[in-house]
Amino acid sequence: MQENENISHENDDDEQHEHAHDDNDTEQHTHEHDDDGQHAHHHEESFISKYIFSLDHKMIGKQFLIYGLIMLFVGGGLALLFRWKLAYPEKPLPFIGVSQQYLDEGEVVTGADKNWERIFDSEKEEWVEVNMPAGVMTDAFYNMLFTMHATIMVFFVVVPILVGAFGNFLIPLMIGTRDMAFPVLNMLSFWLAVLAAIVMAVGFFVPGGHAASGWTGYAPLSADPQWTGVGWGQNLWAISLLIQGFSSLVGSINYITTVINMRAPGMTFFRLPLVIWSLFIVAILLLLAFPVLSSALALLIFDRLAGTTFFTTTTGGGGDPLLWQHLFWFFGHPEVYILILPGMGIASELIAVNSRKPIFGYRSMVYAMIAIAFLGWIVWGHHMFQSGMQPGMGAFFMTTTMLIAVPSAIKTFNWLGTMFRGSIRFTTPMLHGIAFVSMFVIGGLSGIYMANTPVDIFIHDTYYIVAHIHYVVFGGSLFAIFGGIVFWFPKMYGRYMNEALNKIHFWITFIAFNCTFFPMHILGVGGHRRRISNPLAEAIDVTTQESLFADMNIFITMSAFTLGFVQLILVFNFFWSIYKGKVAEKNPWHVTTLEWEAPTPVPHGNFEQIPTVHRGPYEYSVPGEESDWIPQTEPEPVPAGGGD
Amino acid sequence: MTHSELEFTGNRPLSNAKLGVLILLGAETMLFAGLIGTFLVFRMGSDLWPPLSHANIQLPRLVTGINTALLIISGYTMYLSLRAIQNDKVKQLRHYLIFTGTLGLLFLIIQGSEWIQLIGKGLTLQSGIYGGIFYVLIGCHAVHVLGAVIWLIIVIGKAIAGRFSVDRYIGVETCTIYWIYVVALWPVLYFLVYFA
Repeated sequence: MQENENISHENDDDEQHEHAHDDNDTEQHTHEHDDDGQHAHHHEESFISKYIFSLDHKMIGKQFLIYGLIMLFVGGGLALLFRWKLAYPEKPLPFIGVSQQYLDEGEVVTGADKNWERIFDSEKEEWVEVNMPAGVMTDAFYNMLFTMHATIMVFFVVVPILVGAFGNFLIPLMIGTRDMAFPVLNMLSFWLAVLAAIVMAVGFFVPGGHAASGWTGYAPLSADPQWTGVGWGQNLWAISLLIQGFSSLVGSINYITTVINMRAPGMTFFRLPLVIWSLFIVAILLLLAFPVLSSALALLIFDRLAGTTFFTTTTGGGGDPLLWQHLFWFFGHPEVYILILPGMGIASELIAVNSRKPIFGYRSMVYAMIAIAFLGWIVWGHHMFQSGMQPGMGAFFMTTTMLIAVPSAIKTFNWLGTMFRGSIRFTTPMLHGIAFVSMFVIGGLSGIYMANTPVDIFIHDTYYIVAHIHYVVFGGSLFAIFGGIVFWFPKMYGRYMNEALNKIHFWITFIAFNCTFFPMHILGVGGHRRRISNPLAEAIDVTTQESLFADMNIFITMSAFTLGFVQLILVFNFFWSIYKGKVAEKNPWHVTTLEWEAPTPVPHGNFEQIPTVHRGPYEYSVPGEESDWIPQTEPEPVPAGGGD
Repeated sequence: MTHSELEFTGNRPLSNAKLGVLILLGAETMLFAGLIGTFLVFRMGSDLWPPLSHANIQLPRLVTGINTALLIISGYTMYLSLRAIQNDKVKQLRHYLIFTGTLGLLFLIIQGSEWIQLIGKGLTLQSGIYGGIFYVLIGCHAVHVLGAVIWLIIVIGKAIAGRFSVDRYIGVETCTIYWIYVVALWPVLYFLVYFA
């Protein structure tokens, strides 16, 4: 009966608005009541309940952000290590490795030489001695490095920051509610992610080293220890990802419920900001995709620990290594869109706000994201053209993959249309937004080449693929992340980040990024295979007897080191600005959406009073209006509710 | 699980808790889809099922069929318990809940004893893909039944403590949704694994 009443309210706009106002009052009332009662302790929270086991979505969002940034440095550090190996396969690492004199004459010159001397002399087999004797990485260690680089970047950096940090921080604020639907589950989601990170970290130090079968964990490399020599490392890899799967599951249940059920009065689905749409769609993808990986990981663990033969053929049990690829990529391709869709949402916000124009084609943006999310489910086979499949299936996967270009192009042209003739402010967030669009176009276009089966046969497993994934995930997602951090920093911490440092960080990052990853296209077409530890043994010039890949690999490595170290500027700026940045007012960028209606810093419970939404999220430069932005809470000039 | 202080009382067809459980079922479905897909790949890739090496294995169709009936009945009694509390019959609620839980436990016990017999006949986790996928797929469902039974025991405890009434029975409702999902999944697995 109660339900029927509610439905009738929805049908009647006028009544609904009245109802909504009533709602506001009761909500306010209950909240006050809570403050008197069980929630009184929120005013004098202890350090632990405020910063560690917090139930507040904003704090959990910040926790995820810090977590993701720490893991970004771990993952990036691994990349720098193996970039050194690719440029100088036989040369000891600088500072850590032994000096040239020591190598040539055994003469102890530097402190590092002395250390290595001690390590070589000691009875105990130390970790560094096994993995990089004298500072030269072994090939097995290299395998482990690139595997863990990708695993960490995908599962522990990009998803936690985009979905965990921005999702948690933005969803309740932007839809106008006080917290997530299930705050306890929200906290659980974060601490499961921490547990997963710890399990993953332990893997580095177990005998046999960490997983070394690539982030895709292809069987039988992953399923049978005899191929990689990796023991518990691979097991911990699988267990850690299972835990991360629980974390994602809990988080996505929370996000979907919150977006469906907790929107402020008047906040219809088509008044949601695009970033919320993207996070909502991504939560659905995570919910449905990750369990498939979980099933595959469970089977893998049974193979490794209980003697089953799902993914191996060696013991005659009748398993199928290709099955792993199908299960993995059935999860893996939606996962790729999980990595990019929130970036698209963030870029939409950055570009609309800084162009002072409504987003071009709001509804087509939403439908394009839904189309991308749907198509993402039926394209997984394009990762497996070279694994062998029925030719008809290859044509199917090729066609569906190329279809994704259509919604992606709709989005790209809409971003350009948004910027076209706008009053563009070239703030750092906007620069990151523009970088996102342009890098995403490069990454997207190379994706279309790869989708062609005849082309893919040629470039499969080369650096062309590496270039593509980095243009999408670094050039796309990470630029959106950087832009988003700078943009929402004033709301998160109540202060600005230093704009000059931000600009320096952006430009060096942008240039170094392109210097690092663009040459990989050329290397890939030239036949440089991915995942080999010594490229200098390849493509030998008959006249000089030197590898044609050497110079470009050295150039890439130098750019990668620049790219890595320039991120320290961001970190310094981030932490310095939390304490010393210029104090920000409530709505420094003049944005229409609800998160900027909340006081800064945002208190527990977010809003003094739950706002009522009267307009769409992108009312910038409305003709005939004095101000170039109208907040979503501003009532329409003609009274009586219901104008869409 | 529910933080009612944060929930709106406004116009929503489904409460947060109910919606959350329904969303969870989406993920469960995909987990089983992965495992059922694996089963189908192996089944369709083999001409002989069970393979020659385990030709002597006969899965206990009859006993498991009876077990299936038990589980389906438990789904119905779970539904009746929800109806009872909706009609404010607290005592009936307790009886139906306890009856449902007993059936669930009985299902697990019968299945456990069948497993022991099968292992005795030589069908183990290590028996190639036939044994492997049998134990993993059926075991995954059994773990879900076990989880549902534990959840149900918590609900029974709350029912005995008098925590449910005609105005407040969301705890019974969410558990019912999950229970019926686990029950409805079983016939699919039964026909696939025991008759395919």
